[in-house]
Amino acid sequence: MKPSLHDVNLARRRALKAAGGGLAIAFLWTGTGGVAHALASARRQPGDAAMAAADGAPPFAPNAFIRVDTDGSVRLVIPSVEMGQSIYTGFAMLISEELGVGLDQVRVEHAPASTDLYGMPLMGGQLTGGSTSTRSGWEVMREAGAVARTLLVSAAAAKWKVEASECTVSRGIITHAKTDRAIGFADVATAAGRLPMPDKVILKDPKDFTLIGKPMRRVDAFGKVNGTLPFGIDVKIDGMKVATVQACPTFGGTLKGVNEAKARAVPGVVDVLKLSNAVAVVAGHFWAAKKGMEALEIEWDLGPNAGLTTEKLISTLASASMNGTPILGRKVGARPSAGKRVSATYQLPMLAHATMEPLNATVEVTADKCEIWAGTQVPVRCVDAAMAITGLPREKIVLHPQYLGGGFGRRLEHDYVDQAVRFAKQVGYPLKIIWTREEDIRQDIVRPPYYDRVEALLDGDGMPVWFADRTTGPSILARFMPPAMTKEGLDSDMVECSAETPYDFPNLQVDWVRQEMPDGMVVGWWRGVGPLHNLFVVEAFMDELAHAAGKDPVAYRRALVRKSPRTLGVLNLLAEKTQWGQVPLPGRVGRGVALGEPFGSHVGAMVEVEVSEQGKVHLRRVVVALDCGIAINASSIEAQVQGGVIFGLSAALYSGITIRNGAIEQSNFHDYRSLRISEAPVIEVHRVDSKEKPGGLGELGTAIVAPAMVNAIFAATGVRLRQLPVDPDLLVKDKAALKETLSALMPAVGEGA
Amino acid sequence: MFELSVNGQVHQVDAPDDMPLLWVLRDMVGLTGTKFGCGVAQCGACTVHLDGHPVRSCVLPVSGVAGRSVTTVEGIGNTSAGKRVQAAWLDIDVVQCGYCQSGQIMSASALLARVPAPTDSDIDAAMSGNICRCGTYVRIRAAIKQAATGIPAILQTIDDARAAP
Repeated sequence: MKPSLHDVNLARRRALKAAGGGLAIAFLWTGTGGVAHALASARRQPGDAAMAAADGAPPFAPNAFIRVDTDGSVRLVIPSVEMGQSIYTGFAMLISEELGVGLDQVRVEHAPASTDLYGMPLMGGQLTGGSTSTRSGWEVMREAGAVARTLLVSAAAAKWKVEASECTVSRGIITHAKTDRAIGFADVATAAGRLPMPDKVILKDPKDFTLIGKPMRRVDAFGKVNGTLPFGIDVKIDGMKVATVQACPTFGGTLKGVNEAKARAVPGVVDVLKLSNAVAVVAGHFWAAKKGMEALEIEWDLGPNAGLTTEKLISTLASASMNGTPILGRKVGARPSAGKRVSATYQLPMLAHATMEPLNATVEVTADKCEIWAGTQVPVRCVDAAMAITGLPREKIVLHPQYLGGGFGRRLEHDYVDQAVRFAKQVGYPLKIIWTREEDIRQDIVRPPYYDRVEALLDGDGMPVWFADRTTGPSILARFMPPAMTKEGLDSDMVECSAETPYDFPNLQVDWVRQEMPDGMVVGWWRGVGPLHNLFVVEAFMDELAHAAGKDPVAYRRALVRKSPRTLGVLNLLAEKTQWGQVPLPGRVGRGVALGEPFGSHVGAMVEVEVSEQGKVHLRRVVVALDCGIAINASSIEAQVQGGVIFGLSAALYSGITIRNGAIEQSNFHDYRSLRISEAPVIEVHRVDSKEKPGGLGELGTAIVAPAMVNAIFAATGVRLRQLPVDPDLLVKDKAALKETLSALMPAVGEGA
Repeated sequence: MFELSVNGQVHQVDAPDDMPLLWVLRDMVGLTGTKFGCGVAQCGACTVHLDGHPVRSCVLPVSGVAGRSVTTVEGIGNTSAGKRVQAAWLDIDVVQCGYCQSGQIMSASALLARVPAPTDSDIDAAMSGNICRCGTYVRIRAAIKQAATGIPAILQTIDDARAAP
């Protein structure tokens, strides 16, 4: 029976609860047909046998994740994709812990596209994003290892005619101490493969963990330091040709025509291919394709958005914020009639992802098969799209997943894969399509702009008796996962971390005015998603409230988080590690904090900046305190938080996509800046130990750091920044003096040398 | 036709004069460890050594390379500095997505070959041409110092976490 929408909503609520409370991103993705899938299981599923047969036909494949070969070697199939977040290592640790092998004894494999076998509960599908992988999979991965261990031990015990419960497993060796016997996986794999699935398995007692909780090195590091690990862009297929593409630079524009002569005259160019809104130049190697593209004369129909500018987009948001009809996110109590009013407007820019590996996909389409080699966060969606484009049935589409040279939400979209399939369908050879960096930025599916009006009323003691946030912007979720929208039309991502905060506000209202972008302009997820946007607004505003109350920002927050002990623990650890309020700071140096509960974790950040008299922000130090529940891999927690902080600071300091004449203005790393090592601060990560279920980590540092940075800038300069990225002109110490200095340096107009 | 020496091996390549070394390496020689990131020498993902000096291969025409010695990430482990850098990278677990790391390792190896005990400002100067979007800079700095001194950098996470209140 197909589940009803009611079942879907019920399951979704359960998933939300499982995610650790709050409005953590947790969807039940039911696929385009509205059909709920079985999702990953620790036990053998229909379809497992065929999948294992295609994966080397190992004698022992108790579920979709574990293969033991005839020589006893262990292969693990990882359902989430690896894009830097270390999930291959984390999941390998969880499975290996229960299976009884060392991390050095396993090899990891990309999972093929299959919702039934590799769909994850929190996302309800085979989708890597939203900082959900560990939260979603940590129990099923452990159980998968335990199921395999139970079967292997049963086979050994039966062989020896001893009690299975007397056997132990370590580093791939099953031992029966009483009779002093030991056997390797190789010798019991076939027998274990014939045993029925165990109903119940016993998971290890945490005190016996040998891997979980230890700082472990990554399983994918070796090939990443010697250049041998292949990414999608490195794929080589016999007979393959290489293309680069250009799509219409304006949103929703189309291709009018091309003059191919000059492009075809470039040595090495073999083809010019067209789609309704893009062209590809094909050659034997990328350089010839790029030269061919430069020589190609293209005529675009710029379409209905040819006049679009950033200013127009923002003024539409501002007007919708004032005049639109809000959808309620959460309401508690009512607005009191009295109190000291504090209000502010915050604005966030569009952002590109700029993954280090430019978008690419390799596709071969024949009469009865379509093969795709691509790094993607949504393997099944790529297959679905290829079915629609080629008309081939699911079993004729083969996706070969690849390591991702960065995801950040960009590879949650499959536009680049669809495009490659459409081009490859036109030719009789495998086609690798590589976007230039310019194309990668200009055709990004950008994080949309947001516009927030916030208001608070403070009592006589300066404490908030009312908090209100009206956010305005488009819904990504409505396009990406329509069933996840509530029946009232709320996109939970729009109010995540603003509707629910750690603070004890007696009265509050958080709502959202839905203002879509113009037709043809598609916007998408970006590392940090809703919490990134809302934590910036809430935490920068909290700093304003503390200032209005004349109170220390840490003390002010502490007084309001009494009902959130884990968050209070994080705040106290942060204050202690930073010696908050006890360190004298020189002039133009300031410290700011931010606190939140994104992605089922609890996190606080302190940023210390120095702002030069010319307005340049120097990042001196960042300290992050967090409680992310049970720590699976302490080393990757630190790495994810540090990297997330850098990603968030890059955006807050430098990144902003702007639109002129309907097109993205930025094109490469010179005008879409990233933090460089010379600008990167020291980043300390401190953890509160916890036995709670794991929280999300991949987006934690990114989501918490920007408000701490603007609060630090306020402390250093007295200038309140309510718009990102940072505008250094606003931070100049003495504007009149600077103007004088600059005019003295500049020759007067009209004077020649 | 150009004669190239890459990691000590000689290759004959039939490439146009203006073809950047990056694409010759990737599409003709078949060494894909050197990465394409920006095409305009902004990100450093394509860094290789030319006679031991770090260069951005995405803007270096193959015609300027003939007769000189090219080293890529596939061959850097055969140098003393490169070997130490790769070992430190693994020990400190620097990489995340890993795409920029070929370039990072090439820049770091060139730095160590030139400056045996680099200071923070030496590291800033040598490494600021290499962007890492995953933000591995803290560990890159630690790994360079470990590779230089041989003294293991201690990951902060090895300290015990604070007990819950």
